[in-house]
Amino acid sequence: MPKTLLTVATRKGAFLFESEDRKTWTMSEPLCEGWPIYHAIYDAKSDSIYAAAASEWHGSGIFRSRDRGATWEMSSEGLSYPDDDGRKVNKVSTLARAGDRLLVGVEAPGIFESKDNGETFSLLSTLSGQHGSEMWDDPANQAPGHLGISGFVTDPDDSDNFFTIVQGVGAFETTDGASSWTPRNNGLRRDWPPPENYDDVGFCVHKLVRSSDPQRMYQQNHVGVHRSDDAGQSWTEITEGLPGDFGFAAAVHPHDTETFYVIPVDGGHGRTMHEGKATVYRTRDAGSSWQPLRNGLPQVDAHLGVLRQGMAIDKHDTPGLYFGTSTGQVFVSADEGDSWTEIASYLPSISSVDVAIVD
Amino acid sequence: MADVRLPGTLSPLFPGLPRRLEIEAATVLGAIDEIERQWPGLRDRLVAEGPTLRPHIHTYVDGERSALDAPLAAGSRLDVIAAISGG
Repeated sequence: MPKTLLTVATRKGAFLFESEDRKTWTMSEPLCEGWPIYHAIYDAKSDSIYAAAASEWHGSGIFRSRDRGATWEMSSEGLSYPDDDGRKVNKVSTLARAGDRLLVGVEAPGIFESKDNGETFSLLSTLSGQHGSEMWDDPANQAPGHLGISGFVTDPDDSDNFFTIVQGVGAFETTDGASSWTPRNNGLRRDWPPPENYDDVGFCVHKLVRSSDPQRMYQQNHVGVHRSDDAGQSWTEITEGLPGDFGFAAAVHPHDTETFYVIPVDGGHGRTMHEGKATVYRTRDAGSSWQPLRNGLPQVDAHLGVLRQGMAIDKHDTPGLYFGTSTGQVFVSADEGDSWTEIASYLPSISSVDVAIVD
Repeated sequence: MADVRLPGTLSPLFPGLPRRLEIEAATVLGAIDEIERQWPGLRDRLVAEGPTLRPHIHTYVDGERSALDAPLAAGSRLDVIAAISGG
């Protein structure tokens, strides 16, 4: 019987949750030796779990498990800039599968690839020459926490086509396997001056998703939620009806391009859910209207934060929705967000939640 | 031969790695490279691009804080320390 597998990354290792009915869940022990994990995914192509780890002591690497978490190996072979480059790999931020490539996004901004399922890595692209790259390529701008590669959107039908996000700069698309890039930020709002000489970068894209129709994309931005109906070539803001324009996490329904989810949070220093009420917002009409989803979520003193890779949706006929918080709770909905159950309460701070259906 | 002491945080990644090894090398980096030959992947856990020591890793030769190019003499003691950090 197929199982639903949740892979949860935290500041103190990864955790796996499995369920046959999405009601009763079993939870693993802490995995990956308690290392800080920034993103962890199950990859169906290699039937493996990958976890992007970065330790203050021992640097960055990718843990991999080929037996659903029973045993793990770690590699960082090739996952570094040349010694004379000036840039350093401070953190591995995000992972994705694109054909025969395992993509690894790092800080300082760069994309590494592995073609042997995480045993060795090589530098694929730094988006060199893109508008603004002279800023993010300057080693002086490499303070931790700034200007990394924070996400990918891959195309299951074309491994050479994918989007990436440079934190604080914007989204870029390649159609030739990262040989060349095009900024995809047309129409986005920007409440600050553009970088000198450039109008197509300087945007703060938090999370980008593509629906089952590749023309329809959505994004949660630093300022606003936005929709594209032309595969990212232009964007229209759809924030109206939400309690605020700031958030990180977002997910699109796997079978319905009109249905999309976000978790608005306060855009100040707190970055927790509005009014202390845990709420996921859903649109059924591509952003014309929004419905708050609160049934089963804490509504009193619930000052919860969710990061950009902290929400996921599965591909069951009736999709399940999942999110993990920066205070260690995991919430699950088996009915497209209509009702929620808390399946973990005391994990370390959660960086990412990934879901897959496995045999 | 230098008497090399490694931090316990490495042990989970390299099953069987002893905390204490006898290594023939001329410098701190040479000692780490020699250990790398026996335990592939270990160098990257201690040394970043440059090469430089990772910011929260310190090395001491005979009790003196030392850089990667510090010389090792026969009988030197090399302590590789993971800084007190985190929480």
